[in-house]
Amino acid sequence: MTKSQRLFEVYRTGLVILISLLIAMVIILLVSEEPGEAMKLFLIGPLDSLRHIGNVLEMMVPLLFTGLAVSVMFSASQFNLGAEGAFFFGAIGAAFIAVNWNLPPVIHPTVAILWGGLIGSIFCGIPGLLKVKWGSSELVSSLMFNYIAYFFGLYLINYFLRDVNAGAMVSHRFVETSKLIKIIPKTRVHFGILIAAVMVVITAIFLFRTRWGYRIRVIGTNIRFARYSGINTDRAIILSQVIGGFIAGMGGSIELLGMYRRFEWQYLPGYGWTGVIVAILARNNPVYVPVAAFFLAYMRIGADIMSRSTDMPNEFVAIIQGIIIILIAATSFLSKQRHKMVVKEAMS
Amino acid sequence: MTDEPDAILRMENITKIYPNGIMANKGVNFSIAAGEIHGLVGENGAGKTTLMQILFGLNHPEEGKILLEGKEITIANPNAAIAHGIGMVHQHFMLVPSLSVAENLVLGVEPRKGVSLDLPEAIRTTEALSKKFNLKVDPRSAIRDLPVGTKQKVEILKALHRGARILILDEPTAVLTPQETDELFDELKLLKDQGNTIIFISHKLNEIKALCDRVTVMRAGKSQGVFAVADVTEQDISRLMVGRDVILRVEKSVAKPKKPVLKVQDLMVVNRFRKKAVDDISFTVRQGEILGIAGVEGNGQRELVEALTGLGLYASGDISIGGKDIKKLSIRGIRDLGTSHIPEDRMTYGCAADLSIEMNLLSYTHDHPEYNKNYFLMDINAINEVSNKLVEEYRILCSSPQQEVRRLSGGNIQKVVVAREFSSNPKLIISDQPTRGIDVGATEFIRKRLVTLRDEGCAVLLVSADLNEVMELSDSLIVMYGGKITAYIEDASSISEEALGLYMLGLESQGPEEIRRVCHD
Repeated sequence: MTKSQRLFEVYRTGLVILISLLIAMVIILLVSEEPGEAMKLFLIGPLDSLRHIGNVLEMMVPLLFTGLAVSVMFSASQFNLGAEGAFFFGAIGAAFIAVNWNLPPVIHPTVAILWGGLIGSIFCGIPGLLKVKWGSSELVSSLMFNYIAYFFGLYLINYFLRDVNAGAMVSHRFVETSKLIKIIPKTRVHFGILIAAVMVVITAIFLFRTRWGYRIRVIGTNIRFARYSGINTDRAIILSQVIGGFIAGMGGSIELLGMYRRFEWQYLPGYGWTGVIVAILARNNPVYVPVAAFFLAYMRIGADIMSRSTDMPNEFVAIIQGIIIILIAATSFLSKQRHKMVVKEAMS
Repeated sequence: MTDEPDAILRMENITKIYPNGIMANKGVNFSIAAGEIHGLVGENGAGKTTLMQILFGLNHPEEGKILLEGKEITIANPNAAIAHGIGMVHQHFMLVPSLSVAENLVLGVEPRKGVSLDLPEAIRTTEALSKKFNLKVDPRSAIRDLPVGTKQKVEILKALHRGARILILDEPTAVLTPQETDELFDELKLLKDQGNTIIFISHKLNEIKALCDRVTVMRAGKSQGVFAVADVTEQDISRLMVGRDVILRVEKSVAKPKKPVLKVQDLMVVNRFRKKAVDDISFTVRQGEILGIAGVEGNGQRELVEALTGLGLYASGDISIGGKDIKKLSIRGIRDLGTSHIPEDRMTYGCAADLSIEMNLLSYTHDHPEYNKNYFLMDINAINEVSNKLVEEYRILCSSPQQEVRRLSGGNIQKVVVAREFSSNPKLIISDQPTRGIDVGATEFIRKRLVTLRDEGCAVLLVSADLNEVMELSDSLIVMYGGKITAYIEDASSISEEALGLYMLGLESQGPEEIRRVCHD
């Protein structure tokens, strides 16, 4: 891509976000009794206190992990949607270690996170394996696997970790040593955000500076060329899914150990789906994932704050996300302007 | 350009820019007179096809206008073109293989009986047209059973049936044998005598001389002018096309073949239709020789190449490279024996168009120690250095090695492929259509390189549908027809095009003893 075309993509993405926000404003105007207040809270609420800024950063952490995970899997042109299940299942794996083991402080969460990552990588690896062995669509199998993760996970919690004295279906309390420390006072922002930052760098280096990442990108752009060049495409496909799953599983574990005292999710938390949006906004480039994750986290927290003190429900974020995806995926959106730019460049 | 009173069609100041930024036409003027055969020549990538696609409504220009009989018209799509009496016969035929000739001919304008196709009427129409224009086809036979030359006749009839008075033929002879070409020319002259106008796109100058009345020469998206064919020589045209004098003769010394590198023994490949695509063939390619495979496309060459490179399977027989049997080897394993492969279709197999030139040059060697700093990280500096060197050595025209391959011209993309494949110290080069669809400069360059590598002791297998190329470049030749070898010509310069054509059409075949001679020990 030339510089001007890259700029054009930034402009296009910015315009998409602007349009979706404008539509959000229109919805607020139509639905709310107090549109001025609702808009204000939605747009600047996340910035009005340290606690709210903290909320945005907390929300970013899981999105960074799932965004990175999906970026790696999509880079190989494998549309594995298993990040959701890997996130959930990785957290369950971590919960077992956090509840049952006794380890020194730093080591305890490290072991739990790595264990959660391992479970996540097996979970996302299976659709990859089914794809290369029998050609089954990773899209379909990973979607189905998410349900397996959900119900099997709840079964494990219910039968092996459940605290019968608690009022709901939740696990026993985690051992204190397993938790991730808070790093910003008066907020719940935890050490996980630093791990996420390191993972952004590692993932970027992996994709752009190692031979494994190179193979994944070649497969993602032209798998027949990869095969012709002698690249073992099966192995690279599975590798990309395993690594994506590992990052998602890590993310689930970190979210759990940083934000909770017990395992208490009753539903799939949805971060895997949002991770897909993050990856789409970031064009599968780990370097842009933080920007996309920040934007989505900001929007969600804004909607949360708004719904708490006005009559607007926070689910309307889903509408904005939907519009963003449709416009970005629509390749012909602004294609005329793009062509004009190309023409201008070629003429000069 | 002077105004011609009898111009039936004029295109004025046509400019077309593709989404990837390539300017295919720059202010092109083009005009044809009624009832002439007008040649349109230029190198591949000169913009001939783009100009004709604009005329046929497949592409839309940024600037310029089209005038038909003096009236300005817009051609939004092929239907509009056909309505204006403009028909096009594409390089790749647009026919339904499972349907009959008559059904293909009337497709879209079917005669009906109630709700169903009136097949007898379609057959009558086909027979009438076939007779009127003297293009002999059997209305009842299925397209897939027909030879290429006949399919082309169906395409021409199809265009005429839709009322075309101006017929565009896009490199119609590229797929034909010399005999079929002669036949086509007779038919086209007849069409002309009946008052039709024909635009004949080609880059073969002898054909232009033999067939056309006038010729428009294009180079790098611009028109170089219109000439009466009788007034110019082939040399004149070629100088206008390329911008300098070209010697398309390959300069090479007599080959000194040594030990065999590639040995193929009783090879059989069965395709997905369970047909024997390669039928029990044996040959060897030795160090320091270029063995050419001539043949009309679709006679087993693709399946053979796929078997040799590991991209496809083979049913029985033995293939050995450098003395090693490749049956159990992966594609990587075959490459590690010193095999390089220039694929027939560079966009499908030869490159990842969305990645940079640099990344494309590395696809085989990316895990070699010289490009990796340690176990984990690749050595970006080493990669930069080598790609800069290759870009320079192979004269790849680009802004930098970081440029996406998609944004290069066809010839430069092919140079990227060739640079990669030639730079890995190959012992055997399987070169499938190495110069298809690229400009003369790049063609010359690649051919010279192949000869140099031969002289350095490489074994080269050359598959090409371009008769000129296969005859000029090869030291020895085999001809494939219907999956079998029909002839082995030890000295490629000793045979004429016509004699080769007979083997290619399967009309003649050497005896098994003569063919056996291609196997060396």
